[in-house]
Amino acid sequence: MTTTPTAGEQIVHARGLTRDFVVRSGGWRRTKRVVRAVVDLDLDIVAGEAVGYIGANGAGKSTTIKMLTGILSPSQGTVRTCGYDPRRSRRALAREIGVVFGQRSQLWWDLPLRESYRVLAAIHRLGPGHRERLDELIEALDLEAFLDTPVRQLSLGQRIRGEIAAALLHSPRLLVLDEPTIGLDVLSKERLRAFLVAERAAHGTTLLLTTHDMDDVQRLTDRIVVVDRGSVAYAGDLPGLVRRVGADRVIVLDLEEPTPPLADLPGTRLLATEHDGLRQRLALLPGSTAAAVLAEVAGRAPLRDLTIEEPDVEDVVRRLYATQRAGG
Amino acid sequence: MADLSAAGSRRPTAAGGLLGPYRALVSSRLRSQLAYRRSFALDVLGSFGVGLIEFAEVYVIFSSISVLGGLDFAGLALLFGLASLSFSLADLLVGHIDRIPTYLRTGTLDAFLLRPLPVLAQLVTSDIQLRRLGRSALALGVLVVALVVNPIDFTPAVITLLLITPIAGTAIFCGLFVVAAGIQFWLIEGSEMANAFTYGSNYAATFPTSIFSLPMRVLFTFVVPAAFTAYLPTLLILGLPGPAWTPAWWGWLTPLAALAVWGVALLAWRAGLRHYTGAGS
Repeated sequence: MTTTPTAGEQIVHARGLTRDFVVRSGGWRRTKRVVRAVVDLDLDIVAGEAVGYIGANGAGKSTTIKMLTGILSPSQGTVRTCGYDPRRSRRALAREIGVVFGQRSQLWWDLPLRESYRVLAAIHRLGPGHRERLDELIEALDLEAFLDTPVRQLSLGQRIRGEIAAALLHSPRLLVLDEPTIGLDVLSKERLRAFLVAERAAHGTTLLLTTHDMDDVQRLTDRIVVVDRGSVAYAGDLPGLVRRVGADRVIVLDLEEPTPPLADLPGTRLLATEHDGLRQRLALLPGSTAAAVLAEVAGRAPLRDLTIEEPDVEDVVRRLYATQRAGG
Repeated sequence: MADLSAAGSRRPTAAGGLLGPYRALVSSRLRSQLAYRRSFALDVLGSFGVGLIEFAEVYVIFSSISVLGGLDFAGLALLFGLASLSFSLADLLVGHIDRIPTYLRTGTLDAFLLRPLPVLAQLVTSDIQLRRLGRSALALGVLVVALVVNPIDFTPAVITLLLITPIAGTAIFCGLFVVAAGIQFWLIEGSEMANAFTYGSNYAATFPTSIFSLPMRVLFTFVVPAAFTAYLPTLLILGLPGPAWTPAWWGWLTPLAALAVWGVALLAWRAGLRHYTGAGS
C-alpha cells in the first residue's frame, strides 16, 4: 500500500477526517460528552505548496495537525502524509516532516542548541553530511551568538529560531508550523518570514502554517484553508476570501482642516468621520486603487497623512463564520 | 528540482549504529546533570540520605525485637541490601517515567511522537537520574557488609544467585515503573496511586514477605512480584526454608518473574499510549 513519495506528488491527502474527544465533567456524578473537534475534513497539499491553515481558537487546527503528523489517530476518515499512514508509519513519517509548535518547546530546556542539534542528528541518524546543513541553518537563522546558551535562557524569538532549525535539520519534505510568530516582536517576525521564504526557494519545502497573523498569510502562503467548527469553511486564495466576505481595505485620511464627509468619492464607501472631519475612514471598494482615491481627495481637501489598514485574519474569519451561519 | 545534498542527508544511514541515538540522548542528559558539580554532589548526598533513613527504620525495629519473619538483623540487612539496590537502580534508570502527566501537559510526549524512535525508549533515555546513585551506593554498602557478617557458604550457586538477583530485581522494578506509567495515561491525576504501586512494592520488598498475612503475601509474590527481588533469594543464600506457599527455591525464578512483569509492562504501556493517541478504546 505504501507508495514511495516523489516530487510533485501529494504531500497531504485527507478524506473525511473526523476526530471526536470525550469530555468528562462533573465531580461525583460524572457526565460524558462527545466533542467533535474535526468533522469530515478533506485536505490536499501538493509538494512545494505553501498553505495557510486558518481558524478561530478551538476551530480544530491543532487537532488536524496532530492527525496529519501521527500524534493523534483520526476517529474516522483517512489521511496520508508524504505517502505514509501517519499512525502505522509514525517513525518513517517522522523522517519526512518537521513540526514546530510555537507555544510548546521540542528542544531540551537545559541543553544548549549546539548540543540539541547533535542529539537530534543522532536521533535521525544523519551522517556527517548534516554538518553542512546545520551550518547553513545557523547562518540563515543567525543562531551563532547563542548556540552555547541553554535553551531555558533564550528569548522567545531566539528559541523559535532554534526550534525551526531543529525541525529543518533533517531536511524534511513537509514543514508544519503551528503559530510560529505568536508573541514575537515585529522585527523578529519579519526576519523569520524572510528566512522561510528563502528556505522554501532553496529547498522547495512544502509548508503548512497555522497563524492569526495576516502578514504571515500574505508573505508565506499561496493558498489558504479556513476551518470553522472542524470543517472547511473556505479553500482558495486570500484575495478571493477577502472578496467573498467583503472585508475591504480601509484608507484612513488625516486632513489639514475640518472637511465635510467625503461620502461620494468614487470607488470608496465612507465608514466614519472623526473630529469634525479631520480624520475620515473610507473602505476601498474592489477594483479601485489607493492612488486613484488620493488623486480625487487632493482636489477637495489638503491631505496631511494617510494609512491603509489591511483586513486582519480574525476579522475576515469572523465575517466568514457569520455569513456561513446566516446562510446555513 | 530536489536538492541533492538534502536528499543525501535525508537518507537514514547507520550513523552511530543501532544504539547511536540512545547513546547521544543519554550522554547529553548525563552531561547536563553533571554541569553543576556542587548541586549534583548535594543531590547524590540527599539520595544517600534517603537510603540511610530507610535502613535506620530497619535498625529501629531491631532495637526492640531480635527476629523478624525468620530473619535476624544481619539477614534483614542482606534482604534490605538486595531490595534497595534493585529499586534504586530501577529508580535511576526509569524512575522519571512516573511523571507522564507532566510530559503530557508540557507536550514532551508529542515531541517524542514526532521523532523516529519508539516512544518508550525515548522516555526511558530522556531523563536518567544519576543522582540516585547515592541510594544505590548505600544499598551496595549494606549488601557487602551483610555478605560478610552473615554465615554464608559461597558456593558457585550462591555466587550465581548474587549476580542474577540484582539484575533481575532491577528489571522487575523497572517493569513495575512502566506498568505504572501505562496506567497513568488513564489516570492523569493518578501519580499518587502509581507511586503507591512502585514505592509501595519497594517497601514491601525490604521486609520479609513472611511477616505479611497470606493475602498480602500472595499480592507481593504473584501480582506484584516484590518477593522475588530480595526475599526469596535471601532465603536461598542463607539456606533457610521458605514459608508455606513460597518455597525458598523460588528464589531462582526471579528472572522469570522479571520476564512476566515486562510482558505486562509492555502491554500496559502500549494500551496507555494507544489511549493517548486515540487509536484504541
